Amino acid sequence: MTAPEIAGPASVVPTTRPGTGGNKLLRFIIVRFLLIFPTIFILVTLVFVLMRTIGDPITAALGGRLPADQLAQRIEEAGYNRPILVQYFEYIGQVFTGNFGETISDHRPVVDVLVRYGGATLELAFYALIVAFIVGIPLGMLAAYVRDRWPDAILRVFAILCYATPVFFAGLLLKLIFAVGLGWLPVAGRASVRTELQLTRVDDPTGIYLIDALKTSNPGAVYADLLAHAVLPGVALGLLTAGIFLRLVRTNVIGTLSMDYVDSARSRGVREYRLVTKHALKPASIPIITVIGLQIAVLLGGAVLTETTFEWQGLGFMLTQYLTARDFVAVQGIVALLAVIVALTNFIVDIIAALIDPRVRY
Amino acid sequence: MKTVVDIRNLEVTFATDGGDIPAVDDVSLTVGSGEVVAIVGESGSGKSVTAKSIIGLLPETAVTRGVILLNGRDVVGLTGEKLRATRGLDAAMVFQEPSTSLNPVYTVGWQLAEGLRAHGKYSRRQARAKAIEYLGKVGIPEPEKRIDHYPHQFSGGQKQRVVIAMALALDPELIIADEPTTALDVTVQAEILDLLRRCRDEFGTAIILITHNMGVVADLADRVVVMYEGKVVEQATATKLFGSPQHPYTQKLLAAVPRIDTTRERTPVAEAPPVVRATDLVIEYPGRFGRGGFRAVDRVSFTIAPGEVLGLVGESGSGKTTIGRAIGGLTKISGGSLQVLGHEMLTVRERGFKPVREQIGFVFQDPASSFNPLLTIAQCVAEPLIVHGRAGDATAARPRVDELLEAVQLPRAFGDRYPHELSGGQRQRASLARALALEPTLLIADEPTSALDVSVQARVLELFAELQNQFGFAALFISHDLAVVDTVSDRIAVLYRGELVEEGPPAQVLGAPEHPYTQRLLASLPVPDPAEQAVRREELRALTTRGEE
Amino acid sequence: MTKILDRLPVVRHVRQSVGLQRGMLVTGLAITAVFVLTAIFAPIIAPYGYSQLRDASGTFGAQLPPGGAHLLGTTVGGYDVLSRVIWGTQTAVIVIIVAVLLSIFAGVALGLISGYIGGWLDRVLVVIADAIYAFPSLLLAIVAAIAISGGQSSFWGGILAAAISITFVFIPQYFRVIRAETVRIKSEAYVESAKVIGSGAPRIMVQHVLRNATRTLPLIFTLNSSEAILTLAGLGFLGFGIEPTAAAEWGYDLNKSLSDVTSGIWWTSLFPGLAIVLSVLGITLVGESLNDLADPRLRTRRRAEVAAHTPDPLEVQP
Repeated sequence: MTAPEIAGPASVVPTTRPGTGGNKLLRFIIVRFLLIFPTIFILVTLVFVLMRTIGDPITAALGGRLPADQLAQRIEEAGYNRPILVQYFEYIGQVFTGNFGETISDHRPVVDVLVRYGGATLELAFYALIVAFIVGIPLGMLAAYVRDRWPDAILRVFAILCYATPVFFAGLLLKLIFAVGLGWLPVAGRASVRTELQLTRVDDPTGIYLIDALKTSNPGAVYADLLAHAVLPGVALGLLTAGIFLRLVRTNVIGTLSMDYVDSARSRGVREYRLVTKHALKPASIPIITVIGLQIAVLLGGAVLTETTFEWQGLGFMLTQYLTARDFVAVQGIVALLAVIVALTNFIVDIIAALIDPRVRY
Repeated sequence: MKTVVDIRNLEVTFATDGGDIPAVDDVSLTVGSGEVVAIVGESGSGKSVTAKSIIGLLPETAVTRGVILLNGRDVVGLTGEKLRATRGLDAAMVFQEPSTSLNPVYTVGWQLAEGLRAHGKYSRRQARAKAIEYLGKVGIPEPEKRIDHYPHQFSGGQKQRVVIAMALALDPELIIADEPTTALDVTVQAEILDLLRRCRDEFGTAIILITHNMGVVADLADRVVVMYEGKVVEQATATKLFGSPQHPYTQKLLAAVPRIDTTRERTPVAEAPPVVRATDLVIEYPGRFGRGGFRAVDRVSFTIAPGEVLGLVGESGSGKTTIGRAIGGLTKISGGSLQVLGHEMLTVRERGFKPVREQIGFVFQDPASSFNPLLTIAQCVAEPLIVHGRAGDATAARPRVDELLEAVQLPRAFGDRYPHELSGGQRQRASLARALALEPTLLIADEPTSALDVSVQARVLELFAELQNQFGFAALFISHDLAVVDTVSDRIAVLYRGELVEEGPPAQVLGAPEHPYTQRLLASLPVPDPAEQAVRREELRALTTRGEE
Repeated sequence: MTKILDRLPVVRHVRQSVGLQRGMLVTGLAITAVFVLTAIFAPIIAPYGYSQLRDASGTFGAQLPPGGAHLLGTTVGGYDVLSRVIWGTQTAVIVIIVAVLLSIFAGVALGLISGYIGGWLDRVLVVIADAIYAFPSLLLAIVAAIAISGGQSSFWGGILAAAISITFVFIPQYFRVIRAETVRIKSEAYVESAKVIGSGAPRIMVQHVLRNATRTLPLIFTLNSSEAILTLAGLGFLGFGIEPTAAAEWGYDLNKSLSDVTSGIWWTSLFPGLAIVLSVLGITLVGESLNDLADPRLRTRRRAEVAAHTPDPLEVQP
């Protein structure tokens, strides 16, 4: 959970002089793309170093449960007895070719775990983002517009409460009230057992239920069931992000509202509503989008907790399973994979921000 | 003549941390249609606040009392839709900074059309046609194409033209121009003033011109209102005000305006090896992402003799500041040769240069940031003494610091104050004291007075001249203002886009300039005398037309 | 006397603030004060020890509803909920102090050197810090927790593991903020003028840059404290916290209450959860208020107190 931005993100948008040609955007995209690789490299290295400080993964997972000679044999088979640098370079090479290793506890390639459970995490993040956008952005604009009056104070306290409530606690409360107390919504899971059965039977399932549901015989009922299960986890995770969005939009819109060009538009008789929605929001959206990119990471971290709370079988849920099993190859694999996802999302988000900013385009 | 604005007994008060501060106190003035009324004053005089109150642009911390009749309707206390309807239609505004008064993420055409559509029924196509028409009218070439460009694709002067087009397109009775040329170079300033004159002549628009520059007033205004500390101290027609100013403040203000005087006495250049010798000096800034670098200074040669003041003049982007920084060892040079007190800057290392620094003083432009906000003035002034081992600590240096403060005419007690407790002029004096602490042989002054009010500037310039006489240091005096440079320099060098175009004694450079750029620069400088300025304006026009042929 | 008081950071801020902003700041300060006092006096306030399962009259019993001898009930493990909540405050405060102390020096030093010297060192450090900053901090903390303690541990072991894990997340944050400030201050005229005078780099960094760059630290400190509480709770919830016999930790208790919720037992989750929310809320309110007061754009100012009386209607003629 990252603290709300204090100083705003360091702008990645290079400053440019006017009239340096039309391939500026292309150059920006290329430079930004190349930056992905060191980012992944650094994170994977960091994870590798940290995970190996406790010794080899086989001992960690099976130490004490296997006789010493069998343990030594398994270590040798997996190559963990070679010099650490050799293992490191081999691992880096594997990561950049898309191979994240094989789990110790259930002997499956980490990539398979991703394919099998990634869809669920994606869905959860999608629901949460929808909640965050619907709640955070309009309320943030409203708070900026009524700044320093009591509705603003209420909205700000609401934003802080969203941020201050750990997702698992929010999840527990929601469960307690809406699932256990009122009985309106299911307590846990992605879908009821019948629906899950139906969904696993469709032709080439994607693992993303929202898509697979289209291929079932009764999509309407399946969607209803899916949504009923999605509401509580989506809200629990979404509110955390919504609080951050609200604060982010408020601060940035207040910042742009104090710019000369807003006064300039005001002096031409442009309506106050338009000043907020057009003149202040669009320039403010450039730093907002960059921070939203960083929030994707927070969302993924939060997904681990939400999935555990709601037994939502996604990557985060699996991660905690492997953690309990002390299967650190799997943990390292999933974490490295998330690093790649984070690096890619940030790249995409920066490109979107650049597309909005005409100073980068022209 | 119809009255467009009638301000009666206007009072504006601001709430601040230190209590309520009256910004405008009992101001009354009128503006007739087709009239240019200049409101003149120094910072804090309330001129901007008066103008902004006409269209209700003051912050929420302000409380306004009195009457402002705009086209016969009182606008004080108007809010919401009623206030919005008057904005743009009855009165439009042109701001000081053209680069920040346009929204960077929308095209200029979008922003022009938006104003139109806020006030009337325009189809998209009609609004666009009208936007193109007005861009053309304010002198933007190829308006059909340029309308789809973003603000950063225009130069500073062009942006200000766009802002004026936005104001004009709504056909307002009144344009309020708040320091419309202060952020612009002097040659561009002349063009914008011409455009504003056309607004009055061709569109019959009344103009309130807010400025601190007496030359600009003389160039454009029909009538002048002088403000001081929130009050109007004098109102008169331009001719009368400049001819026979009545109020002592007006007289002082006019006397403080620097003027070019080629008959001034100069120190003869000493026959000794120069303290600075630049030969084919080249300074480049590296480009980013493999893009080509930017050549800020291009094969410039000059010398500064001991005890001589060289004035370096140029507009923004001319490379004048870069040269000053290179001499002070703040910017690396890329080619040619630059010898400072016998050291070659092309090859010098910081360690070898440190003893030389003892002999160089530097005064920066911005008095607001030239002192560490957490140290007292005495600690700041003592720093060079401590660094070069002349004093153990700030306490030991105090007697010398007191001497220095006295030399720059600051009370000793100011040594115990923090920078933010001093005014801009006082800080610039303290800055001089710090620069002179080690009795340098060379002083670099980078636009030391450009952030100051004109009367403060006059006193600082006077002080500079006195100190130079007393200590006999050589100096590089950098400024964009020909008249300022003229008052202190023994020799003047003119820079244009990184190249040195003309150099010589002031009588020659300012009396009979040879290079067309120097001629244009000189002719663009407005003088505080309406009659003389009218003549000069014609000369400039002749010069520009000749240049275009 | 008032002059000295005015120079103290928080006192000065309270004096500067007005209206709602002051309300938020004072509320935040009050909650934070209660939080810190509870931590200090936990041994006196708490009715039982954090790992106490029985008293003179025998074992407490598991999942007892609130009331009687146990004001807030007991947990599934048979601990007294109120005592666990109170002792948990102490754990949180210790983790905050250790984590912030560990990260602040490293982060500030790196940010200062990187920002001031620039060049290749700066670029490399920025890419590293950005990479870590962009990564889900909880995951990073998990990995660090595994590396440090192998997953579970004693009181100090567990606290150190949690604090060091959080440090990994914080260093890049301090680094980014201090570096950004350093880069800004480096181009200020007073630093340039120190350079022209001939001051050496160490002197400039300490005398001019560091002193001005660290003015934002109280603000980052508060924001990081709240993040430390949340990360600690997250770690505890995932089973990387501190064993219940070693110390009380809210995240651990929430994890154990997961199954209670389904059977409608609310007191085991509600109270530790509220403790987290309240302490983070208090600290964040202080942080946000400090942020607003430091940023002139966000700061509210009092409206002028002149009565805005209407002008004489006789004078207004169309």
